[in-house]
Amino acid sequence: MQLPVINIATAEPPKGGCSAGSCGSTDDQMGHLPDHIRDKVKNHPCYSEEAHHYFARMHVAVAPACNIQCNYCNRKYDCSNESRPGVVSEVLKPEQAVKKVLAVAATIPQMTVLGIAGPGDALANPARTFETFRKLSEQAPDIKLCVSTNGLALPENVEEMSSYNIDHVTITINCVDPDVGAQIYPWIFWNNKRIKGREAAEILIAQQQKGLEMLVAKGILVKVNSVLIPGVNDKHLEEVSKIVKAKGAFLHNVMPLISEAEHGTYYGLTGQRGPTHDELQALQDACAGDMNMMRHCRQCRADAVGLLGEDRGAEFTIDKIEEMDIDYAEAMKMRAEVHAAINEEMESKRAAKTVGRASPRLVALKGDLRPARPVLMAVATKGGGVINEHFGHASEFLIYEASGEGVRFIGHRRTIPYCEGGDTCGDGESALDVTIRELAGCEAVLCSKVGYEPWGPLEAAGIQPNGEHAMEPIEDAVLAVYEEMRAAGKLEAKAVEQQKVA
Amino acid sequence: MALEIIESCTNCCACEPLCPSKAIFEAKPHFLIDANKCTECAGDFEVPQCAAICPIEGAILNEDGVALNPPGSLTGIPLAA
Repeated sequence: MQLPVINIATAEPPKGGCSAGSCGSTDDQMGHLPDHIRDKVKNHPCYSEEAHHYFARMHVAVAPACNIQCNYCNRKYDCSNESRPGVVSEVLKPEQAVKKVLAVAATIPQMTVLGIAGPGDALANPARTFETFRKLSEQAPDIKLCVSTNGLALPENVEEMSSYNIDHVTITINCVDPDVGAQIYPWIFWNNKRIKGREAAEILIAQQQKGLEMLVAKGILVKVNSVLIPGVNDKHLEEVSKIVKAKGAFLHNVMPLISEAEHGTYYGLTGQRGPTHDELQALQDACAGDMNMMRHCRQCRADAVGLLGEDRGAEFTIDKIEEMDIDYAEAMKMRAEVHAAINEEMESKRAAKTVGRASPRLVALKGDLRPARPVLMAVATKGGGVINEHFGHASEFLIYEASGEGVRFIGHRRTIPYCEGGDTCGDGESALDVTIRELAGCEAVLCSKVGYEPWGPLEAAGIQPNGEHAMEPIEDAVLAVYEEMRAAGKLEAKAVEQQKVA
Repeated sequence: MALEIIESCTNCCACEPLCPSKAIFEAKPHFLIDANKCTECAGDFEVPQCAAICPIEGAILNEDGVALNPPGSLTGIPLAA
């Protein structure tokens, strides 16, 4: 029995019946996948919610060209301060990229995955992308290779991709209806012409679906990314989710549109807003009855390096890697040891959860038959699945939902670290204001330490600071705080208030 | 008869492999077109390939200095008055 920490497949009753492949009850988001897929993703930080606390990824920006235009992308962008897809500081040649990967792998042994995600489209630059993959499969066989693509050039490249043993592909599919697509893609480059409007979207959608089917037929794992654009495809993405699942994609990642005006994108400049935290969560929950949803995506840059949520790219600029002398054969031995140790730690944590959770707490939960109001809590962590980050140092918070059914991971919210924010940022808002705004809806924030100064404003905003669970496993701590709230009658009181309002 | 790449080029390199005359080459600070080699794709394609894939409005000019992708034509971003 593994009840207290539920994954999304168990949190919501499946709407369309329950297939053997998508119903399980372990606390690992990937737990219900078939064994052969689970083996492939268990140390992939982008695919496994559990693995992302331990393993790191990197992207190399070898693919600057693109064959389509998206309304959320500005092709002029090149910035060291921005953290979002499509942005890089320097484009690399394949040989530079290989050198960078070896340098990172030797320095950050937790790095298990190398992806090519642009800044354009990996498959619009097949020569550069495939040269990088070919060299890496020869020189660093212990690194997993991934590709991210808009799908337009996918069908013609599936054969070559499978020859480099690329076993994970991400396709960005924002729609399956050309009328929706016409509002997202102004043009594509196709058969030596620029094609616009509905016709362009129709071709792109057909290529994406065909590519998805071909990859699945080859046994290559496919994740689908969708950008949630309120008023454009928000009502449509549930259908997308159903279709890509039916065709064999194993994971769906719905990401919020990023559309600040200063990014200079069409959506940014025309006032198209991104979704609220609630809208994103509602859609992810709606799709979750049919599909494995990914909740921990950080929408990282096309040259990101390190654990999800962190970027150590500045340590590995072209100048710096030129000076590094890497003995990869040696590094590979060290990496194997590090990976074995991490896998052992993950296994032992899993085992501890399985054994320790037939706990009195559960009995207490079950004994109390009053309806349990779900509560959102924010958690500050540096990784490892424990609460180990100071409130003031956190640049992001993980969001968990506790309810009578247990604890589930919901997503993450970025902020400016309170201790580094200075007095103000942007339009006069303090770093603490930003954090409080970002944590809206959360009733507690759990961290290893929280200072005196932010305490008052957090409480005033209805977010209880809590530093009492430092170094404890996140889910255990969230559950403990939830039970304290229940014992203190806080869940009840709020529920009554809500009923009055309703 | 030749096209020209100007400074708004972002070096995305999309045009270079498409050129049937191998007239496009990498240079600093941006890609350039060898005017002696450029045919504007006459005889090879219906439209000049570099201009058909270039994502930057105004980055490619014809001999008269006219942009093949004028402002607003690719991104649909409304022009500042």
